[in-house]
Amino acid sequence: MEKEALDDLRQIIPDDRMFLDLAERYCYSYDASFGEYLPEIVIQPKNAEEISEVIKLANTHKIPVYPRGSGTSLSGGPLPVKGGMVIDMTLLRDKLIIDRENMLAIVSPGVITANIHKKAEEAGLFYPPDPSSSNVATIGGNLLENSSGPKGLKYGTTKEYVIGLEVVTPTGEIIRTGGKTVKNVTGYDLTRLIVGSEGTLGIVTEAIIRLIPKPQSKQTFVAHFNHLIDSGHAITSILSSGILPSALELMDNACIRAVESYRPSGLPLQAEAILIIEIDGHPLAIEEEINKCADICKAEGASYVKIAETEEERQTIWSARKSVSPAITQMGPTKISEDATVPRSQIPAMMDRLNNIREKYELNLVVFGHAGDGNLHPNIITDKRNITEMKKVELAVSEIFEAAIELGGTLSGEHGIGTLKSPYMEMELGITGVNMMKKIKEAWDPNNILNPGKIFPDKGQTRVVLVT
Amino acid sequence: MNLPLKPNETNATAHHLYSDAYDWTNQCVKCGYCLPACPTYESMGVESASPRGRINLVKMAAEGKIDFQKDLAEPIDLCLGCRACETACPVGVPYGHILEAAKEAIENSPSSNQKNKMNKIKKLALVHLFPYPKRMNRIGRAVQFYQKTGFSKLIRSSNVLQKVSPALAHLEQALPAIESSSKRIRTGTIMPAKGETKLKVAFFTGCIMDSMMSRINRLTIELLTLAGCEVILPENQNCCGALHSHQGETEQAKALAKRNIQAFMQSDADVIVNNAGGCGASLLEYGHLLADDHEWAGAARAFSEKSKDISQILHQLGPLPFTEEWQGIVSYQDSCHLRNVQKVQMEPRLLLQSIPGISYVEMEGFDRCCASGGIYNLLHFDESMKILDGKMKNLKETKATTIVTVNPGCQMQMSIGIQREGAANEMKSMHLVEILAKACGLD
Repeated sequence: MEKEALDDLRQIIPDDRMFLDLAERYCYSYDASFGEYLPEIVIQPKNAEEISEVIKLANTHKIPVYPRGSGTSLSGGPLPVKGGMVIDMTLLRDKLIIDRENMLAIVSPGVITANIHKKAEEAGLFYPPDPSSSNVATIGGNLLENSSGPKGLKYGTTKEYVIGLEVVTPTGEIIRTGGKTVKNVTGYDLTRLIVGSEGTLGIVTEAIIRLIPKPQSKQTFVAHFNHLIDSGHAITSILSSGILPSALELMDNACIRAVESYRPSGLPLQAEAILIIEIDGHPLAIEEEINKCADICKAEGASYVKIAETEEERQTIWSARKSVSPAITQMGPTKISEDATVPRSQIPAMMDRLNNIREKYELNLVVFGHAGDGNLHPNIITDKRNITEMKKVELAVSEIFEAAIELGGTLSGEHGIGTLKSPYMEMELGITGVNMMKKIKEAWDPNNILNPGKIFPDKGQTRVVLVT
Repeated sequence: MNLPLKPNETNATAHHLYSDAYDWTNQCVKCGYCLPACPTYESMGVESASPRGRINLVKMAAEGKIDFQKDLAEPIDLCLGCRACETACPVGVPYGHILEAAKEAIENSPSSNQKNKMNKIKKLALVHLFPYPKRMNRIGRAVQFYQKTGFSKLIRSSNVLQKVSPALAHLEQALPAIESSSKRIRTGTIMPAKGETKLKVAFFTGCIMDSMMSRINRLTIELLTLAGCEVILPENQNCCGALHSHQGETEQAKALAKRNIQAFMQSDADVIVNNAGGCGASLLEYGHLLADDHEWAGAARAFSEKSKDISQILHQLGPLPFTEEWQGIVSYQDSCHLRNVQKVQMEPRLLLQSIPGISYVEMEGFDRCCASGGIYNLLHFDESMKILDGKMKNLKETKATTIVTVNPGCQMQMSIGIQREGAANEMKSMHLVEILAKACGLD
């Protein structure tokens, strides 16, 4: 970094929250995705004013800036791909106010999402978005990536709950969008624009999020299917029967085998699919609904159905699903995790396409995911030191996205575009659609300061390059 | 996109680290699930003080991208080694092994001669004291003399230690009153069980436990015999080598392990019992430590399989014949190495709850390291105290008058915490064995 810029930065951020040493820079060179880019400097601001000053300085000296929460992103969101400055937002965590009367929470961006879950539930309320990383991830990261998890089927993604923001813009102004009212139709909905903008349009410094009443009760059941296609039909039948489960998760045969060899618990190795279904709401209603779901699964050909009678049985059912990630990493050190999403009626077709891709490229490809909302997680397990295989992975990844788009789906259900999916943006949005988004970015951020290299592909880039 | 580099052939240390630990570091998927489990990440707030950050730095060092001394040494040195991250890791990255490989590499790296003063103290203790029971006992006697003669009062009132080193001053006050060596049960002794012999156990006396806390060792043996154990104290046993492993002195740790294996395998005991979480973890890992040593691997594995914590044995043989009621609230601070490495969590709690009249209250963050961390509190006094002060806040909320631990380091650290809070009149820290022995009327 230029000396002049550094001297100016020292006027804003004290030395003990500014890191230039190689060790610390390497520690902010990664996230939970694939890729490693060394930033020139890492800073830890404590409030919006400091961030505002830093961004103004970055515009003056043309330094790229990357906001970063806990670095759990699976799409490369916070990676400093063009060098420059990583802003670690984890020290902004002083505010977590639950406003019970208005059913809201007012939070600082560095607050850990699980703490919001906890505080809301203590007040009898509920913040539904539940990424698997919620014990680690910050709410700021969640809302800029528009994250969600198993509960997305019934409750949607983060954007459904954000109604107001304080944001430092790419040119360093501090603005407020939305507010505390559930109804708010004043002007453009900048809140929605910023949520999911992956840190390219602003740095969130405070958020007002909506909470809902906590469901009184929940029940879970598991169904095994010998044929994948039957599980697909079961999903569509359940959803068209007027029941909306709070979670509807799917594991394919490769997943089942991986989990069973990682932590044997008697999963059916011959089954092509396992569905886990959870229903929440009033105890009487869910009693009836869960039985109906179980009947539907049986009618669609489930070989085994089990409704959890106790909390312990419920945990046992979920532990199989939760073991998927650790189980599949035993198969190789590099995991390329995708989240292509299709309309739920197309799940059987998508599963079919994924099977073909697995066979064509002879890859370790396993599929699990939030089948109820069409959000599948095809994961390719490989070793990035194996260049030949990595080249095959690149092709397979491209085909996964092509399949999702052809079936009327989208590149990302909950992880964001980041660096890994930017080459495919035109495929989903068309060149004009991408250009419209680019115009917004250029208008907000004329110097391309904020999180450059994300969402939009470099010129001529048409597919992901994992190894060179 | 950067590919992992092959280490520079001239950099032998990186090469060693690459073959020792690179595959382990590659298992990390950087999900960050370890972050909330890490006490130093919480207190320091930077990624280099987190398990994920440290694993990545070890990987960078093995790839030859960063310097062992300049870049890797400090982040590794600031790790407590509590291994809580291992229990949080969804993919089972063996952090403890990575940490020790890194420490060994740092120790052996070309520029490691630029040692600071603290490192000399460390070396003195590790190389010239802990491995030698006689030297340790001499120190024990000296400390006892110091405590008995009133010299300690003089030192304390003069505040001289505080001026030399606040860390040493704290430690001096936290040292338990050392029991006269005439009461010490010597190695080579066999103590018969009281009543029917249910189990034959060999007792691991430890180095610091044996010299500074021989009273706890004596009470451990008495409790074991009371519970129906014949207790053998094998001769020629010595320090477990945990501190050596943790400081990168792997060769010395191996030598100590072999001496212990030899000493214990001659006894025909069913179980090898210890009463210090840190030592126990080290004994449990002899199998791993000597896995590549063809001559010793089998015996080391057998030794590790026999090794148990005192709480496991007393719980297994229980209930204990209590004779006294306990008044007041008691809380338990887990020893990290007992909890995270030996996976012993319930037994100490169940034993405490079995004491008649006791009110047991769980403390928020009981599973978080107290930051004693071997000799971490000496080497990194300020960082250690920051974590300890947070712990004391949680402890005060339980309204406990006694905090129980199963490791000498934790016990002394909790004493330091009590002093720092100025609460020495209303609160004390005890080893599990002490409180059980008291309730059994053994004291």
